[in-house]
Amino acid sequence: MRFLDHQGFERLLATLADDGYELVGPTVRDGAIVLDRIEGADDLPRGVGEEQGPGSYRLTSRGDGRYFAWAHGPDSAKRFLFPARELLARMRREGGAFAVETAPDERPIAFVGLRSCDLHAVAVQDRVFMHADPGYRRRREAAVFVGVDCAEPGATCFCASMGTGPRCTEGFDVALTELEGGFVVQAATPTGEALLARIETREATEAEVEAVAETERTAVAAMGRQMDEWDMPALLYRNRLHPRWKEVASRCLACGNCTSVCPTCFCHDIVDGVSLSGDVATRTREWASCFSEEYSWAAGAVVRASRESRYRQWLTHKFASWIDQFGTSGCVGCGRCITWCPVGIDVTEEVAAIRATDGEVEVVTS
Amino acid sequence: MSLQSAPAGPPLDPEGPPARIAVITRIVPETPDSSTYWARFRVGEGEGYSFEPGQFNMLYLFGIGEVAISISSDPSHPQLLGHTVRSVGRVTNAFRNLRPGDEIGIRGPFGRPWPLDSARGGDLVVVAGGVGICPVRPAIEYAMRHREQFRRLVLLMGAREPSLFPYKEELEKWVAQMRRIGVELHLTVDQADADWKYDEGVVTTLFPKANLEPDRTTAFICGPEIMMWFAARGLLEVGVPPQRVHVSLERHMQCGVKLCGHCQMGPKFVCQDGPVFRWDEVGELLEVREL
Repeated sequence: MRFLDHQGFERLLATLADDGYELVGPTVRDGAIVLDRIEGADDLPRGVGEEQGPGSYRLTSRGDGRYFAWAHGPDSAKRFLFPARELLARMRREGGAFAVETAPDERPIAFVGLRSCDLHAVAVQDRVFMHADPGYRRRREAAVFVGVDCAEPGATCFCASMGTGPRCTEGFDVALTELEGGFVVQAATPTGEALLARIETREATEAEVEAVAETERTAVAAMGRQMDEWDMPALLYRNRLHPRWKEVASRCLACGNCTSVCPTCFCHDIVDGVSLSGDVATRTREWASCFSEEYSWAAGAVVRASRESRYRQWLTHKFASWIDQFGTSGCVGCGRCITWCPVGIDVTEEVAAIRATDGEVEVVTS
Repeated sequence: MSLQSAPAGPPLDPEGPPARIAVITRIVPETPDSSTYWARFRVGEGEGYSFEPGQFNMLYLFGIGEVAISISSDPSHPQLLGHTVRSVGRVTNAFRNLRPGDEIGIRGPFGRPWPLDSARGGDLVVVAGGVGICPVRPAIEYAMRHREQFRRLVLLMGAREPSLFPYKEELEKWVAQMRRIGVELHLTVDQADADWKYDEGVVTTLFPKANLEPDRTTAFICGPEIMMWFAARGLLEVGVPPQRVHVSLERHMQCGVKLCGHCQMGPKFVCQDGPVFRWDEVGELLEVREL
């Protein structure tokens, strides 16, 4: 392992920018740490911390020089690799109709500061999109990932119990562990190795290497929540009529915040539009949410009219049917759906409640 | 309306615009809210296109949108496609404005077809209700064309009332042809009128009359979900194994390629895992309301 001081870290970002990458990293905006285009290390949320819980999120000032001593905000890599709204094609009625306009010149993205949960989330979306979606594939294959071990997990985090963190173990080109005065750094791909070779680093001391392991231990111990995945997907499949669905639906607003902030939710609408003149038609792809009524609209009727059926669809898809469909859970334990739920519904609590009364069936009285 | 197709080049985005254009040749009103739109591929556009009974296409109206519609024509003539469209939403209502000569985009075919292979040598029993007859019609056309491949061919078709039967134009012709080649056809409506000369009652009331032989039967069921549920249960009760009972399901399909997520039913993506399913794959799922 190598050690990278702060100057070297700034150099790392500058090198990526010089190589033509668009830097996407954490920065403070609108009272939250979001992921956005950044110029360099100066844009990072240095000395910023956060406090979060079900339905609450507040920034704090740490008064130290740490760049990454916070748990993630609402953004993940999703909105960059799978944009919330993407023009797929523009078609002309006459003289070139159906000609697909070439995608605008995109610069490849260098993601800076993704946590292990979010690196795993990219791998989960890969299973959905890589084989079939040329736009996603193009952006994904061009991207570089600089991961950062999570040292300060949030109160809603449960990656340790999902096996997706807090230490970066896969999905990165370069991974950093932030220590006093700099970072322990390692490369996992030829791209990452080539990058590090161009930046001044030194051999990490034994104490620094031990500090990496200690960072992981501390983070695991500080993890706010946990999810028991035992017996998935069967647990949720055999509890489709459990009374808990109705109970959680009485709190759920069906707002779709959870699906927006979820780093793996992939459902989308294909939206066809037309210009005012009627000559130019567009096809765009937009994020959809299984909490909306129109999501399940089929043949003149809504399949999932009740809120309980929509919540059941979301939770069961995420933790159970995703496994059948893609060979992995759809959850990476980031906890965003808990923090950003306006009423603080907690997936770990909902699954635990069903598990505790496994097999209970709602008694319908007429 | 005239459209141009995509230029030759690398394969398009699977969710992108349709690669093939077809011209509407004839529009046949079927029921008060549905019509069959016959369309022929423009010259060169239908190259390599073929489909199997039970599959669907995504039909595109310029600037309006795309909708998943089962193919209801004869699979042995894949250059001339019939789609029976019931006007229930934004895009399907816009179909009413189409006239012969207009062009539509076609993306497809998609989905798992009716398993005609597994019915060969035995009895094929088709149970269809209302516009549910449309997605199963190519299978009927195939079976009639290859009558010798099946022992008995039994068609049990129902609708709420006579006006809701599609393909009335061909019905008399069908009845005569079926009699000639030994197809057992039973027609029923929930509520008959003075002109109706066939049975009266829901489609499952035809089961005793059909005198089914469960150990030889392969069943294709298509209609409203509740009708399919009762029909499947009825067949299971007389002893048809669930692996030989097939239903065609309808869910919201926007992409047809397992990407958009809308058509999920439990772990299934109806667009590609279906729309035709064996009862042992989906019977349990269909018992859960709003799944």
